[in-house]
Amino acid sequence: MAAAIKVSGLSHWYGEGSMRRQVLQSIDLTIEAGEVVLLTGPSGCGKTTLLTLVGALRQVQAGEVKVFGEELNGSSRSQRQQLRRRIGMIFQGHNLLRCLSSEQNVQMGSDLLPDLSYRARRDQAREWLRAVGLGDHLGKLPHDLSGGQKQRVAIARALAAHPQLLLADEPTAALDKQTGREVVELLQRLAREQSCAVLMVTHDPRILDVADRLVQMEDGRLSVSSLALQAG
Amino acid sequence: MNPLGWIAGFWRGRRIPLSWLLLTRQPVRLAVALAGISFAGILMFMQLGFRDALFDASVTVHKMFNTDLVLMSPRTKSSISMAGFPRRRLVQTLADPEVAGISPVHWNLLLWRNPQTRGTRSILTLGFEPGDPLFLDPELSEKATLLTQKGRVLFDERSRDEFGPVAKWFRQGRTVESEVAGKRLRVAGLFAVGPSFGADGNLLTSSETFLSLLPSTPAGSIELGLIRLNSGADAEKVAARLRQQLPKDVIVYTKDGFIEMEKDYWRSSTAIGFIFTLGAGMGFVVGCVIVYQILYSDVSDHLPEYATLMAMGYSLITLLGVVAREGLLLAVLGYLPAYGAGQLLYGVVQNATKLPVAMSNDRAVIVFTMILVMCMASAALAMRRLGDADPAEIF
Repeated sequence: MAAAIKVSGLSHWYGEGSMRRQVLQSIDLTIEAGEVVLLTGPSGCGKTTLLTLVGALRQVQAGEVKVFGEELNGSSRSQRQQLRRRIGMIFQGHNLLRCLSSEQNVQMGSDLLPDLSYRARRDQAREWLRAVGLGDHLGKLPHDLSGGQKQRVAIARALAAHPQLLLADEPTAALDKQTGREVVELLQRLAREQSCAVLMVTHDPRILDVADRLVQMEDGRLSVSSLALQAG
Repeated sequence: MNPLGWIAGFWRGRRIPLSWLLLTRQPVRLAVALAGISFAGILMFMQLGFRDALFDASVTVHKMFNTDLVLMSPRTKSSISMAGFPRRRLVQTLADPEVAGISPVHWNLLLWRNPQTRGTRSILTLGFEPGDPLFLDPELSEKATLLTQKGRVLFDERSRDEFGPVAKWFRQGRTVESEVAGKRLRVAGLFAVGPSFGADGNLLTSSETFLSLLPSTPAGSIELGLIRLNSGADAEKVAARLRQQLPKDVIVYTKDGFIEMEKDYWRSSTAIGFIFTLGAGMGFVVGCVIVYQILYSDVSDHLPEYATLMAMGYSLITLLGVVAREGLLLAVLGYLPAYGAGQLLYGVVQNATKLPVAMSNDRAVIVFTMILVMCMASAALAMRRLGDADPAEIF
């Protein structure tokens, strides 16, 4: 099986002409299927840019990015859109749809699955919400949920589309210590059950131990000292 | 695939009704949008209703005749300027085997003196032989026999109030007399037609009375000749035959052609069609602006959410479909109250103006189409905003 992510020689620039600024410098990174990798580093060092490139949200400028063996450099808009269906994303802000209940929000994820009846997709959505411990909050709007609950709905939504890769950008940033810890542990456990690879950007030193591997980034470069941490 | 299977398949494959939820979970915005669309719809209903009513009212008299063909002078351009032609032309048509009967009609605008205020006002007066089966309404033909006595008229009870409280007095049993073209006349009965563009009121009388009111009318000259055909005869064919046989000092119309000629006159020689169509067009533009504003701000407000959906793998087409469906829902939801209010206002207007304003299927379809175009065009414009939804920006 191809690696979930295989990045080599990836560079990226922002701006035009004299304002052009390099944010990623020749990055090499491989994440195997089912591996949980944490990406840390000071803000502005290019972590989020790397995430958007791997998540097929941005056109690759130079270098190679292969996701599930598919080359993203030179990919078309619709190729990237199709690929994104296999990638779950969790954002710093939960980015739930305000007008949908938690159940409906999660179903927006499972609605992406082909050949399933509405009922089956809805049942899956409910199942995922139960899995993240929100079985009693199916009909609530995001407005009526706490920050931790919203982030758990977002996790359920990301996982409901059966992704093989999960990208998360500081999912604990808006949460208190206790909740942040719970959310990340939940994320790790569920991802593992699905044998889904995870690339998570975080500043939060309290959650580093959930990772299989830790990657440090500074000034657009990955530090070589990727220390392996084995949880459990 | 059979339709039931298709519906079942559609139902099974349906997704979260995002457009519906986007609209209904913001009730205030939805209410504003629907109020705007309904207002535009009502405006269109009223303007088009007035336009059609004014055109329809111009032919209420035309419609009441029991006739298949009509003869008129080629100089006649409308009901307010009926020119005379020789009556013998009408008699000539009897030579055609399909012609069952004829009725000559005198037609002119005369001055009616209001019996209460003594002011004068012009009224459309028809003169005919009281025994002729002239009208589609048998009751009216029956009443017409009252006119055999000279100096008697039937008065249109739906004439404008400026003609005086004739109908009211008549119903109270009073003898209502007035002066037309300087001659004293007595009201022998009432009928109901209503005012039109050209005439504020209508009067029926016998040929004899009519000619006494207008003694200068050349002998044997009439303004309108009604021709009734044998049942089953093809009016178009007979009309074509008569056109060939008769000299050029008359023209032959079918009844529909007669009605259309009158409508055409008002359509082309007055600004009414233009004014009311313009009014409806303004309703359309106002509606467009409102729907565009609503949809544009709706898309703008939800831009991060649309970007999130794109990041999840939803295609731009799917999201454009969401906006398009919002437009469609707004059109349907906004049309229904407009239709109801239109019905209601037509009733009010009909009472106040005595114009034949009523909901017609054609107009209901036209207004719905306009609202639909309005909403879909606005949705299409608002969709351009979706191009700004960049999934890369939401991390």
